[in-house]
Amino acid sequence: MATLRDIRRRIKAVKNTSQITKAMKMVAASKLRRTQGRMLDMRPYADKMYEVITTLGRFGDVELHPLLAKRPRGKVEVLVITSDRGLCGAFNTNILRAANNHVKELEAESFKVSISAVGRKADDYYRRRSIPLRAHWAGLSGKIRYQHAQEIAASLSEGYIDGTFDEVLLIYNEFKSVIAQKVVVKRLLPFASPESGQPHSDTLEMPGFTFEPEASAVYASLIPKAVEIEIYRALLESQTSEEAARMSAMENASKSAEEMIQRLTLVANKVRQATITRELMDIVGGVEALK
Amino acid sequence: MEKLILEIVTPYGPVFNGQVEEVTARGSEGEFGVLPGHAPLVTTLAIGILSAREGQNTSYFFINSGYAEVGPERVLVLADSAEKAESIDLERAISAKKRAEELLRHKENVDYAKTESALERAVTRINLAERHRG
Repeated sequence: MATLRDIRRRIKAVKNTSQITKAMKMVAASKLRRTQGRMLDMRPYADKMYEVITTLGRFGDVELHPLLAKRPRGKVEVLVITSDRGLCGAFNTNILRAANNHVKELEAESFKVSISAVGRKADDYYRRRSIPLRAHWAGLSGKIRYQHAQEIAASLSEGYIDGTFDEVLLIYNEFKSVIAQKVVVKRLLPFASPESGQPHSDTLEMPGFTFEPEASAVYASLIPKAVEIEIYRALLESQTSEEAARMSAMENASKSAEEMIQRLTLVANKVRQATITRELMDIVGGVEALK
Repeated sequence: MEKLILEIVTPYGPVFNGQVEEVTARGSEGEFGVLPGHAPLVTTLAIGILSAREGQNTSYFFINSGYAEVGPERVLVLADSAEKAESIDLERAISAKKRAEELLRHKENVDYAKTESALERAVTRINLAERHRG
């Protein structure tokens, strides 16, 4: 049976742990607020960018840019976005499981699948399973810059144009609210084909667009930019979700620690009383014997 | 009188959304003006100033390159960054200008195009901010 000292030591240990999880929760909360702000600022821009692309897709010529060109699907690239650090609940597990399922489905349909990943967690995961990654980026957590998105976009666009793959899918956590993150699978390339856009019923008779400078030049700068923005947005969504997931994971950990402390305190009290009772009986017994 | 809806959005948040009568902006091929009923146009924007007139009032915005989609009832500006003339940080722009000029003077190891456009941004900002104040 555990002695009083052992139990007290355990209570102390649990208290220390709960202090750490509480601190981590606060840190996650403040980081969440920051990235959430950035993400919310970003959303309207990304939405409008998408709107322009879809309108152009409806009225412009799809052949104007290689990233818009549709090819028969044969080789599919999947970009999985995870975090660098753990202690964020089921965040990474969810995303990797979803990615795995999706890859299996694609392979069952006999597509050739290549994987690239963002985040150290994805790297670890695929290395353990000895699945080679086509490309990998890490160390972005907490310091996502537009340049990162540019780098990733460049790698994916290049692979798409030179025919390494015929489609690119993004798999990442979309931020719904602090308690809900949703894994989404989104097609990045070929970029927003016109059929996929919702028809604007009121603008059907709109004449063709004029471009300045000529259409090909506008497309050449607009389309890669839009791809970058899409990736940048996915990175920010994922980052926000990560901090939210970490915050609730730490919240739960602190709560469990609290419960555990209560339970242990109860046990400690019982043991203490038992000891006092035993000692009292010893004394009373001794007094009786002396009579 | 017919109106235009002007929307300016940047990756750092929306900057303007409202009704105006006339918009003038600096496209990569030169200045252009938009009145309600303009033919659909998509253009790239250079670093420059965008002005929006509503009645007697004209507001000015600094636009750091981007795109504009013009329709008969709407002008949508997607800028890399944008500021209202009143909210330009003049001191920061002046120090950015000094830094860029310094870099251009010692020509080694300088990304020429990048520094050049940094200088252009700073100068445009300063001009706009000073015009607005003066």
